[in-house]
Amino acid sequence: MSTAAVAKSNKPAFVVCEGNEAAAIGVGLSRPDVVAVYPITPQSSLVEHLSQMIADGRLNANLMNVEGEHAVLNGLQGVALAGGRTFTATCGPGIAFMFEPYVRTPGLRLPMVASLVTRDLLSPQCVWGGQQDAMVVREAGWIQMYCETVQEILDTTVMAYKIAEHRDVMLPVNVCHDGNYLSFGVTRVELPDQQAVDEFLGPPNINWHIALDPERPMGVDPLTGGAGGPGPRNFVRYRKGQCRGMQNALRVIREVHATWGERFGRYHAPLIEEYRLEDADYALVTIGSMTGAAKDAIDTAREAGERVGLIKVKTFRPFPLEAMAAALGKVNRIGVVDRSVSFGWNSGPVYQETLAALYRTGKQIPAISFIGGLAGADITPEHFARAIALTRETQFGRAQEPVWLNEND
Amino acid sequence: MQRQSRDHFDASTIPDDLAPIATVLSKMLPGDWRSLRPVIDRRKCVKCSLCWLYCPVQCVTEKPRWFEFDLAVCKGCGICAQECPQRAISMVEETGR
Repeated sequence: MSTAAVAKSNKPAFVVCEGNEAAAIGVGLSRPDVVAVYPITPQSSLVEHLSQMIADGRLNANLMNVEGEHAVLNGLQGVALAGGRTFTATCGPGIAFMFEPYVRTPGLRLPMVASLVTRDLLSPQCVWGGQQDAMVVREAGWIQMYCETVQEILDTTVMAYKIAEHRDVMLPVNVCHDGNYLSFGVTRVELPDQQAVDEFLGPPNINWHIALDPERPMGVDPLTGGAGGPGPRNFVRYRKGQCRGMQNALRVIREVHATWGERFGRYHAPLIEEYRLEDADYALVTIGSMTGAAKDAIDTAREAGERVGLIKVKTFRPFPLEAMAAALGKVNRIGVVDRSVSFGWNSGPVYQETLAALYRTGKQIPAISFIGGLAGADITPEHFARAIALTRETQFGRAQEPVWLNEND
Repeated sequence: MQRQSRDHFDASTIPDDLAPIATVLSKMLPGDWRSLRPVIDRRKCVKCSLCWLYCPVQCVTEKPRWFEFDLAVCKGCGICAQECPQRAISMVEETGR
């Protein structure tokens, strides 16, 4: 029985599938008009699943096989300007090649959804998971949500359309899931009912504000800015609007996750998840699929009497400053585990931004940066046990060197 | 061309801080910023119409014995002068109107 056929039945439906297929199922349920794809490891099976769904007639969408990622996104911009719901997926060198239209998309306020199956960046030459690609583009203006489980990929992919297309947001969304660990990780997944998803998303209204439409003649993206005439104030007005859309997204992401929970019975933490934090003295900060192993390590440490908790970042752009500060305010020491590095800061990017959020709490606490899971390396519960022990001991005045968790693997 | 005679799209309901769009037609024509003007030597013109074919703004108009240029539209690019096999078109500097 095909996955779509299962989804159509009224009974609770389950499949066992990898993360990339879960993303494809989520896309199919969201009924995009056009899917443009170019394969790249570890994303390829996602677009293969989508291509098969379209070929089998299970997904009524147009498939654009284009010559590269740059053309993928330029083509989809045309689709969105014509009013179509779109999807693509990429990672690593693919998003590097996509960069020029990628940075233009949020400024055009096109509510696209794209999976970012995170992969470490070259060089050294590698094809495996890591979050360096997503972290490099964190200032490009796309919303970034990082998934922890295969089920969360499916659910977040559908939710992403509702978030992106909300009138107070109108921004593109990257649904990020870890290459290898989530993309090829196989678990049981519950399938939402197609009719319920249709009611949840509603009809798309993509181009009410900017369009390629003979009935509404307009110039799209005219030259704006410069030092003369109304240029400066025009440019500032659009940039401020873009920043406001990002801040509005914090509210909309919470609302959409709450609605999803009510309709489908699965509540995912929308911005920040606090795990065993209530009476915690110190905590780890994690992002993405590593969180599963980290929670196991927290449970083990708790059994040994450690007062340790965990703060998981789901939404990294817009940065959930208030939610993060509220969580950080509960603990006295933190260790931040990154799956990427910030060149020049000698630490991870999530670590940097955690320190920035600490400013909001009004207190200074000792913090330590851990870097692990680069280029497909595993971060095991044993690695997290070491991170927990080091976080407990961290003090002010120690050398601010990051701890490289896989240094001896 | 009929499209241009219709009322322009009313964008007043769209927030002006969202996506950059232009909905007011500029009155400026290419001829308003031309620096070189094509001048045709009618004795050399054989009406091969290559200038008509190549003109990117389609400003070449046909007369019974020669071709002329709509100077409101001509932007002075000089492609016609470059392509004319008879060397019948020369570009002369605009010295004000």
